[in-house]
Amino acid sequence: MSDAFTRIPDLLSAHVLLSLSALALGIVIALPLAVWSARHPAVARVALGLASLVQTIPALALLALFYPLLLATGGALPALGFLPALLALTLYAVLPILRNGVTGLTGLDPAVIEAADGVGMTRAQRLRLVEAPLVAPIVMAGIRTAAVWTIGAATLSTTVGAASLGDLIFAGLQTQNWSLVLVGCIAAAGLAMAVDLILAAVEHGLAKRRRWQVRGAIVALVAGIALALAPLWAAGGAGTVTVGAKGFSEQYILAKLIGDRLDAAGYRVRYREGLGSAVAFEALASGDIDVYVDYSGTLWTNQMQRKDVPPRAAIVRGVTDWARREHGVRLLGSLGFENAYAFAMRGDRARVLGIASIADLARAAPRLRLGTDVEFLERPEWRSVRDAYGLRFAAANAYHPTFMYRALSSGRADVIPAFSSDGRIAADRLTVLADPKGALPGYDAVLLLSPARAGDAKFAAALRPLIGAIPVETMREANLQVDRDTDKQSPEAAARWLAGRLRRPPASP
Amino acid sequence: MPAPPCLAFEGLTKAYGGTRAVDDVTLAIPGGQFVALVGQSGSGKSTLLKTINRLIVPDAGRVTIDGADVGDGPAPHLRRRIGYVFQNVGLFPHLTVAENIAMPQRIGGAPVDVGGRLDQVELPHDLADRSPAQLSGGQRQRVGIARALAGEAKLLLMDEPFGALDPVTRDALGRRVRGLHDELGLTTILVTHDIAEALLLADRVLVMDAGRIVADATPAELLAGKGGPVADALVAVPREQARALAAIEGGG
Repeated sequence: MSDAFTRIPDLLSAHVLLSLSALALGIVIALPLAVWSARHPAVARVALGLASLVQTIPALALLALFYPLLLATGGALPALGFLPALLALTLYAVLPILRNGVTGLTGLDPAVIEAADGVGMTRAQRLRLVEAPLVAPIVMAGIRTAAVWTIGAATLSTTVGAASLGDLIFAGLQTQNWSLVLVGCIAAAGLAMAVDLILAAVEHGLAKRRRWQVRGAIVALVAGIALALAPLWAAGGAGTVTVGAKGFSEQYILAKLIGDRLDAAGYRVRYREGLGSAVAFEALASGDIDVYVDYSGTLWTNQMQRKDVPPRAAIVRGVTDWARREHGVRLLGSLGFENAYAFAMRGDRARVLGIASIADLARAAPRLRLGTDVEFLERPEWRSVRDAYGLRFAAANAYHPTFMYRALSSGRADVIPAFSSDGRIAADRLTVLADPKGALPGYDAVLLLSPARAGDAKFAAALRPLIGAIPVETMREANLQVDRDTDKQSPEAAARWLAGRLRRPPASP
Repeated sequence: MPAPPCLAFEGLTKAYGGTRAVDDVTLAIPGGQFVALVGQSGSGKSTLLKTINRLIVPDAGRVTIDGADVGDGPAPHLRRRIGYVFQNVGLFPHLTVAENIAMPQRIGGAPVDVGGRLDQVELPHDLADRSPAQLSGGQRQRVGIARALAGEAKLLLMDEPFGALDPVTRDALGRRVRGLHDELGLTTILVTHDIAEALLLADRVLVMDAGRIVADATPAELLAGKGGPVADALVAVPREQARALAAIEGGG
C-alpha cells in the first residue's frame, strides 16, 4: 500500500504539468479570441457557440476523440499520451476564459471607451491601457474556473496514456483498493483547491488594484509549480525507465515485478498504468514507456490484423518478427503462461444447461446474456469466435473487468469472456468452455522492450530471469491475492510474492 | 502661441436609417471663436460635433481644420490635437486623477504638467492621487477638462459638458471654461440644450433643428429677435423666467 503512495510526487508532477500546460495554452487561445469576439458580434457567436459545444462533450469522450484525429496525421504527431490529453484539456479550458473575456469587454462603460477614443488612443493603446486592466478581474475569474475544470478533467487522461493523479483512481478502481481511489481524489481536489485559492488572490488583487498582492500570489503560484515539477527534473536522464501496464490486476502485478528487478539493477523506475490495449503498444513503440507485458494473440489480431489462428508458438514467432521489423520493438520472450480469452459460465448454470463448449453455447446463446469487459466486443477475436460458431446473445453488456465477474456471480450475466490466468476462475468455480474450432488464438504473455531499450544489454539481463519463469498456476494465485474480497493484497505485495516463486530457468545446454 | 484653428463644414450629411441627423450643413468657424451649438435632443448637434474628431464618420461632405480634411491620416493623430469633453466624462476608473490627466503624454504626447493643469481647472493638488470614484461630479468634470487640454489642444469640443451638474457648479464651471478659452487662445464648440448657458458664454450661437442650422447669430442678435422663429421660441423661455424672477424681486 505505502508503495503506491510513493508515486504521488511523480503523478502530481505529471498532473500539474499537464493541467497547467493546458490552462496556459487555453489562455493563449482564449484571450485574442475574446478581443476579436468583443469587436465582431458574428465572431463572438461562432466562437462562443463552438466553445459551448465542446463543453457539452463529456471530458472522457473529448479525450477519446483526439486519438483518431491525431492518428489521421499519419504518425506525424503522437496519437497517445501527453499530446491528446493536452489538446482535449485545452479545448476545455477555453470556454470560461473566452466567455468572461467577451462579457467583460462588451460590458465596459461606453463612456470610458468614448474617452479612450476621444483622447486619441490607438486600438492597441486602448486595449493595453484601458480595456485589459478593467477586464482583468473578470478574465481572472474565468481562468479560475478553467483551472479547476482542467485539473479535475486531467484525472481522465490516464485512459489515453498520459500520466496523472487519475492513475491512482483507475488503479484503485481496478484492484478495488478504495483507499487508493480516495488518495487520488483527495490529491486532485487538493491541487485544484490550492490553485483556485492562489488565483483567487490574484483576482482579488487585480480588482482592488493591489499590485503587491497580485505579485505575491503569482510568486506563490510559480513556486508551487516549480515544487510540484521538481520530481520531473530529478527523473530526467538515461537512468530512468518507465514500466507500462494495462488496466487489470495481472498487469499491475507484472509491472511491479519488472520494476523491482530494474530497480535492483540500478535503474530509477516510473510506472505508466491503466493503458488501454491499443494505447500500450503505441506507447512502447513511440518510447513513452520502455517495457511492458502484452499477449501474443492480442498483438496478432489487433495490431497485425491477422485473421488466421496458427499454433501458439507460431504466433509468438510471428509477433517477434513483426515487432522488430515494423517498430524496432524487441520481444524478449514469453513469461511462461497464457492469458487467453476463455468463455466461462457459473459451474452450476453450465451443468443445468448442458454446456461444455462454445459450440454448445451457440445453441443456447439466444436466451443468454453476455457480460464482457469494455473492449471485448470491439476486438477482432470476438468477431472471429462469433462468426466461427454463429454466436448470437439475447443481450451483451460491458463492465470493468472486476465487475464483469460480479455480474456473472450475481446472475446478471450468464457467460463472460474470462481470462485464463485469472484466479477467480478457480475461486468462483467457473466452467471454462472448450474451443473445438480453435477460433481464439494463443495469448502467451510476452515481454516487450521499446526500440531504445532493444539494444540495452544491462536492461535485458535484468529481465531475462522472468522469461519462462511464471507458470499459469502461480500467476493465477498472484492475481487472486489482488482480486479476492477478503485478505486483499496490493499489486506490490503480490509482485513480491511472485518474485519468490519464479521457476528456475532451464539449464543452458 | 500658435493661432487658434479655424474650422469648416462643407455639405456635411449623416443619416441614421431613414432620418437625417445632419442634413447638408455648410458652415465656417473662424479661429478663436466660442461657438454654442443649441437645439433640442435629436436636432443633430452632437452628431455634427463628433464628425469633427471622427467619432462619427459623415455619409457625405467633409470637415476641415485650417483647410485640411480631418478624414486624412489616422484618427488617433487627429484626436490628440483636439480636446474632447462630454457629459459622462469617461475618466479611466482604474487610474488616479494625475494618471488620467497625464494620459496624452502616456500615449505619445509631450510631457504633461499635472499640477499646472489642476490649477487651470481650480482643483487642489492633493486630489492628484485620488481615484475618480472619490471625486464629486463637478470635480470629475474639471479633471475631464484638464485631461482634454493636457495635450496642448487648441480646439476644444464639448458635448453637454455640464448636463449632469447642479446649477451652482454648472455656472462656475461655465465661467472657468470661458476663462480658459480666452487665456489659452482656443477655438471652442460647446453643444448644449440650455439656451441661457449658450447666450451667456458664447460669441456666436448656432441653433439646430432637424439636422439643419436654422439660426446663426450673436447672443445680442438672438435676444433682439433676429434669429427666426425656432430661435425666438428657445430664447423666450429664459427671458420669461428672468422677467418672472424680476417681478418676484420687485414685488417682495
